[in-house]
Amino acid sequence: MRRGRRRQVGRLDREALAGVLVREVVNFSSYWRSTTFSSTVEPTIYLLAFGFGFGSIVSTVAGLNYVEFVGTGTVATAVLFSSVFPAMFGTFVKYKFQRTYDAILAAPVDTEELVTGEALWMAARAGTYGCVPLLVAMVFGLDPSPGMLTVPLIAFLTGLGWSAFGILIAAVMNSIENFNYVTSIVITPLFLVAGTYFPISGLPEWAQVAAQFNPLYHCVQLVRGAVFGFEGWVDVYHLAVIVGFGLVAWRAAINRMQRKLID
Amino acid sequence: MLEPPTAIRLRNVVKRYGPVTAVAGLDLDLPTGTCVGLLGPNGAGKSTTMKLLTAQAVADEGSLEVLGHILPRDSKPARAEMGVVPQLDNLDTTLTVEQNLLVFAYLYRVPKRERHAAIERALDIANLRERRGAKVDELSGGMRRRLLIARALVHEPRLLLLDEPTVGLDPQVRQELWALIDRLRSEGVSILMSTHYIEEAQRLADTVTVMAKGRAVAVGRPGDLVLEHAGQEALEVYGPPARLREVEADARGRGWATRRTGTSVTILRAERLDGDAPHGERRPANLEDVFVLLTGEEVA
Repeated sequence: MRRGRRRQVGRLDREALAGVLVREVVNFSSYWRSTTFSSTVEPTIYLLAFGFGFGSIVSTVAGLNYVEFVGTGTVATAVLFSSVFPAMFGTFVKYKFQRTYDAILAAPVDTEELVTGEALWMAARAGTYGCVPLLVAMVFGLDPSPGMLTVPLIAFLTGLGWSAFGILIAAVMNSIENFNYVTSIVITPLFLVAGTYFPISGLPEWAQVAAQFNPLYHCVQLVRGAVFGFEGWVDVYHLAVIVGFGLVAWRAAINRMQRKLID
Repeated sequence: MLEPPTAIRLRNVVKRYGPVTAVAGLDLDLPTGTCVGLLGPNGAGKSTTMKLLTAQAVADEGSLEVLGHILPRDSKPARAEMGVVPQLDNLDTTLTVEQNLLVFAYLYRVPKRERHAAIERALDIANLRERRGAKVDELSGGMRRRLLIARALVHEPRLLLLDEPTVGLDPQVRQELWALIDRLRSEGVSILMSTHYIEEAQRLADTVTVMAKGRAVAVGRPGDLVLEHAGQEALEVYGPPARLREVEADARGRGWATRRTGTSVTILRAERLDGDAPHGERRPANLEDVFVLLTGEEVA
């Protein structure tokens, strides 16, 4: 007699999510070196380049030592790079070329669980890699503070939104070449106008208003709050924008992936 | 638990892609514990039918029931109880044989205490115990295909969907896989297998559904279908193209069924021919004759 288990299956099953995550974790064991290398070295280079480059001209920005300013800001860069790009390219390759998602959806896993599992995994990675710039900045004189312990969580939440956003882009685009448009029009501006390398207060007013809609800006502000002391409601506002962005991107990614994967 | 008498039951299923109707009113039954071959040329709707069964496509009309579950509503519990071998290899190529099986043991919710045994059993099915640590990239085509099948069996499904299981493989590898599939059927697994290899259907399938243009155009045991549609014997007449055209015209005039087989004209139901039939080679009629007759397609 074959196994006749008939278990209750519902939405966002823990077991389905576990299946998707286990696949990613096992795969990670075969490529973690290169990913960890690029995810740590890239933001470190940014940090050193800006820190020493600008740091020689400006000593303090917004009341902070410039290395401290950039060191905390680069957390957002690290989060962005380690979530949105793997999400865009990885998702596209997995459904289009490797047909991994065909195999997963033939198992008792729905699109909602697939997208959620993938986003959680990339967010966990972003949460980890996001802390690297902080560690590097500490080598260059950033003082440790207890609030820093919340940085992995902030990085995780921000990473969740950007991972979902990347999956959404992969679902909407028909070819990997089109990703260039998204990178140029969306990601690069958001990355630069986030208050990472220079404060947005020096920008024209319209750009300052635009920055309020940039989840990355809120991540930068919240990380600075965590490191140098939270300021109350304004940090709740930053957190709310990050969470809101994540929720919208998550549902949109599920919706568009569903359309792409289920005929 | 009571096994439903039919593992798969489709009624009047229609699936359209824009102006194209891929499945056009398909009825299909897979009695529990049997192997049904879905035979048809490319574009007949076999792959779409497979996708409908895992709810990776949703039908526009008709009813689908898999292992007693109504699709697409209850597709998830249905998917938990079936295994799927896709036409295109989608193994994780940078992982080892064992890691691929481990991942699917999780995806198919094999309980923790059974996981190890399930992976060992799958390694035996694939006959890859010695290569368990090898990356998929390092395996031969036949090994990869065996792993793909074993991966679909890691949770001991009651139903197995095989989409063109031996396409593009060497003859000896193909025969090896046939032995494997036959063994699974003898163990009581219900199997739906799409193929465009006639011999595969003839050897493995208890019943064959011939599909053309999204419909089932004939259903039955391979032997019965041959007898019903092509008779007992076929007469192959060889010759230059002009001669073949002449034979065809002559046969048509006499009301004999014929088919073109590239280098020859085949006259079907040759057992009924009288003495003045053209000179040629007689052979037993086969499923290929039925296939070509019903689908109007040549077999490669």
